[in-house]
Amino acid sequence: MNFCDFLRDNIVCFDGGTGTLLQEKGLAPGELPELWNITHADIITGIHKAYFDAGSNVVCTNTFGANTLKFSDGQLDKIINAAIENAKSAAKESKADGEKFIALDIGPSGKLLKPLGDLDFEDAVSVYAKTVKLGVKYGADLILIETMNDSYETKAALLAAKENSDLPVIVSNAYGEDGKLLTGAEPQAMVALLEGMGVTALGANCSAGPGQLSPIIEEILNIASVPVILKPNAGLPKSVGGKTVYDVTPDDFASEISALIKKGVRIAGGCCGTTPEYIKALKKEIEKLSPVHIEKKSITMVSSYAKTVKFSSEPILIGERINPTGKKRFKEALKANDINYILREGIGQKEKGAHILDVNVGLPEIDEVLTLKNAVSALQAVVDLPLQIDTSNISAMESALRIYNGKALINSVNGKKESTASVFPLVKKYGGAVVALTLDESGIPETASGRVKIAKKILAEAEKYGIDKKDIIFDTLALTVSADKDAAKVTLEAAKIIKEELGCNTSLGISNVSFGLPSREAVNSLFFALALENGLTAAIINPYSAEMMKTYYTYRALKGLDENFEEYIAAAENFGDVKGQVLQDGKDVSNLKEAVIKGLSGESGGYTKELIKTMSPLDIVNKEIIPALNKVGEDFEAKRVYLPQLLMSAEAAKAAFEVIKTAVADTQSHKTKETFIIATVKGDIHDIGKNIVKLLLENYGFNVVDLGKDVLPQVIVEKTIELHAPFVGLSALMTTTVEAMEETIRLLRKSAPWCKIVVGGAVLTKDYAEKIGADKYAKDAMEAVRFAQSEKGRKCKNII
Amino acid sequence: MTFIKAYSAPELSRKEILRYAGCKSETDLPEGFLEACLNEALPVFSYKVCYSVFDMKVKDDECDFSAFKVKSKDLAKNLGSAKNAVVFAATVGVGIDRLISKYGEISPSKAVTIAAIGAERIESLCNTFCEDIKREYKTELKPRFSPGYGDLSLSVQKDIFSVLNCQKHIGLTLVDSMLMSPTKSVTAIAGFTEKPQGNTKKCEICENKNCLYKGDI
Repeated sequence: MNFCDFLRDNIVCFDGGTGTLLQEKGLAPGELPELWNITHADIITGIHKAYFDAGSNVVCTNTFGANTLKFSDGQLDKIINAAIENAKSAAKESKADGEKFIALDIGPSGKLLKPLGDLDFEDAVSVYAKTVKLGVKYGADLILIETMNDSYETKAALLAAKENSDLPVIVSNAYGEDGKLLTGAEPQAMVALLEGMGVTALGANCSAGPGQLSPIIEEILNIASVPVILKPNAGLPKSVGGKTVYDVTPDDFASEISALIKKGVRIAGGCCGTTPEYIKALKKEIEKLSPVHIEKKSITMVSSYAKTVKFSSEPILIGERINPTGKKRFKEALKANDINYILREGIGQKEKGAHILDVNVGLPEIDEVLTLKNAVSALQAVVDLPLQIDTSNISAMESALRIYNGKALINSVNGKKESTASVFPLVKKYGGAVVALTLDESGIPETASGRVKIAKKILAEAEKYGIDKKDIIFDTLALTVSADKDAAKVTLEAAKIIKEELGCNTSLGISNVSFGLPSREAVNSLFFALALENGLTAAIINPYSAEMMKTYYTYRALKGLDENFEEYIAAAENFGDVKGQVLQDGKDVSNLKEAVIKGLSGESGGYTKELIKTMSPLDIVNKEIIPALNKVGEDFEAKRVYLPQLLMSAEAAKAAFEVIKTAVADTQSHKTKETFIIATVKGDIHDIGKNIVKLLLENYGFNVVDLGKDVLPQVIVEKTIELHAPFVGLSALMTTTVEAMEETIRLLRKSAPWCKIVVGGAVLTKDYAEKIGADKYAKDAMEAVRFAQSEKGRKCKNII
Repeated sequence: MTFIKAYSAPELSRKEILRYAGCKSETDLPEGFLEACLNEALPVFSYKVCYSVFDMKVKDDECDFSAFKVKSKDLAKNLGSAKNAVVFAATVGVGIDRLISKYGEISPSKAVTIAAIGAERIESLCNTFCEDIKREYKTELKPRFSPGYGDLSLSVQKDIFSVLNCQKHIGLTLVDSMLMSPTKSVTAIAGFTEKPQGNTKKCEICENKNCLYKGDI
């Protein structure tokens, strides 16, 4: 019998821990247990046999840390071969009844993925792929990916398993005492991600005893449509007189798991501290029970690295601002590869109340595949909202979905054969909920029934790919009402039918409806309200629009979705006029110069908006902003103000520059500015210092090209040559990374001898900087600015 | 055997945060600014430590912890005649790194202040943990010593990580360059001793003559 057939009708008993047993047999602290497959094959086989004898249906190979980060390719091959052989021998030797399977055990790589750590996502996939291929080669029956405490690494491992085998894959995560993974994912988010990618079973292991894990397991059982696994510890380890003791006995362990099997757990075993004795007690309980039917849940959800958004009666707001259509300033930012602009839009929309962020970077002049991937990477590092990947470029869609840390919303598919044939395979492989537009080869039907017919066609097509209708969200297309008086009516009618008759969720891009009309906000907000009343589940809107947000909060309050009107009342404080918000800091400053000196970004932007009506941008910069920055810079150097204040002023200046840039988006060009390349060197993942220098340099008129952190010397050199950059700034925090700085400087001297190199960072000194060949050691950000200015001044006066 | 301890928020010192942020006093910041940063940062911390206590001996400049050996004159001097030492890894979690990187892009003044909060939190966690060990093992501890201090090579990180299995126990990982991720983390060795250590003024052993805080710490 194969594993999936067995799982269908049985409660599966896994094995227990091996670490504790190996330590008893003499495994030293720090020794790699995987090597024991070869050096102590008898002991490993003995442990597996003891578990089969105790009643385990599945034993996991002793390969928790068997990967190419720890072993060479040749060693890894031998280890996995031996590990599976040991398990096979144990299965043969054990006289116990029942089915016996061997799971290739895969644990965390020991590294944190970028951008938090230094392991690239694709490198992680490759590392796991090697282990998976060997597991398949030597005959494992299934794969267990376990004790994963990061959602992103879990995804990398699962992707590797799916791409390199047809074996059943079970994924089990290690949740902390706060009920989340170490990198923030709640159980629901893991269910969304893993089910989306087609996992065989999922659940939790390690961390704590069955009692402490039960709330997590119950949360998973409530929403999962696949079998659930539970492999807890024998409680928590305690040191009693120098010996390690776990606080849950085998009988208590078995009875606590038994209670959860009755609630639906289908696969059970043990982790740290459990022994064959625990599994024997557990098996005794399992034999008394029959498996609980696994109900298919029809919950539509998308997730980020941390959070889940469920489509239900609560209206969902999808922020539309990350989209260059009609936005000159955004287009400029995209062309300049200014990902920070996108980040600011993302963070801002979240603060205004968006639940999901649409991400569209489609612009003919740029490489959309790369830009979309970079934008998604940057956003998911700092914003915990799920993203809507919005592109018609299938390669861009795939590369973004691949590196997305969660289950994405995808925008979009439509009724055309070509569209379903290219988008649905991606949805199936990477998971995701997809927005389906009700149009096809013959265009957009004029009637509601025509659009519903296309919806049905799309559902039938999705079924062929094994995509459930809960993951299809229909957009019945809001068309311009000024061109067709019935346009809005038809859209709403179609949405209503789809919701009621097909039982599917719906989404609409609201603002199209008012195109060409005056007072568009009035039309949009009422259309939004009508759509919600017709059952709309999600809307793509501008969260900065006060009218839309008023409609949202009011609708929820009127529909009984807002207990005691609490959220309405809180939001109503901001319903007031926009002017009040600009001067929200309320400090008594009377002009731009003061606002910058005092570090008030809101005021600084506000005054600039006023000034730009009567003053040239150049005058604003030279007569207001620069003198203010100089004053703060001098005060900082004289230790009259400290770093946070210096930065607040720099941020206030940046807010002023942002207003100016928006106002002159089509005339401003970066070409007139001196380029300053900046990076944190290879091996170093700290970037505060670098970001500070960047902010100040930008304020002083440099075109700063930020290559990020942990940057290879070659990348810095190539960019310097490509831009013929006159300045390069390098940052390093630790002695170990200073070596990478030295290497970078050496390569720069060889290939880009014209550039001036400024270095800084905690361990650097003036002497050391000279020794490694830098032109300048800057003890702080102001010194870097002063140096660049003086060099620039020497070369060419009056550039600013 | 490696043990794990999870803590609720250890005692908070605003003075230390201000020092890490490069300020002299709270009046150097706009009113309410530190408070706002604290409100945002404090909920993201998760305080964890994993540790082992080893029998040990020092011979010349070699410190032998049975599970691993380290050559370092300065550590040997620090440990002196200790017979046992606690080797530990502590972290306040990855949430603070996300927050720092979020504000690194949109508001470096907040990033600097939040990073300072992170630095204060991890130090405070280490202090709390060491007090716990003193109580549990009925001992005093030598000042804790971390890889990178004096002549103790950063490569000792590899030994500590492999002995404590930091990734599995507290989610702490080592970057190729021996930096740690999450970044607000500490690994250290502290020898057991019978003599109370008192409060050595850190300024007395620090060589930086131009420090804003000379004599304060």
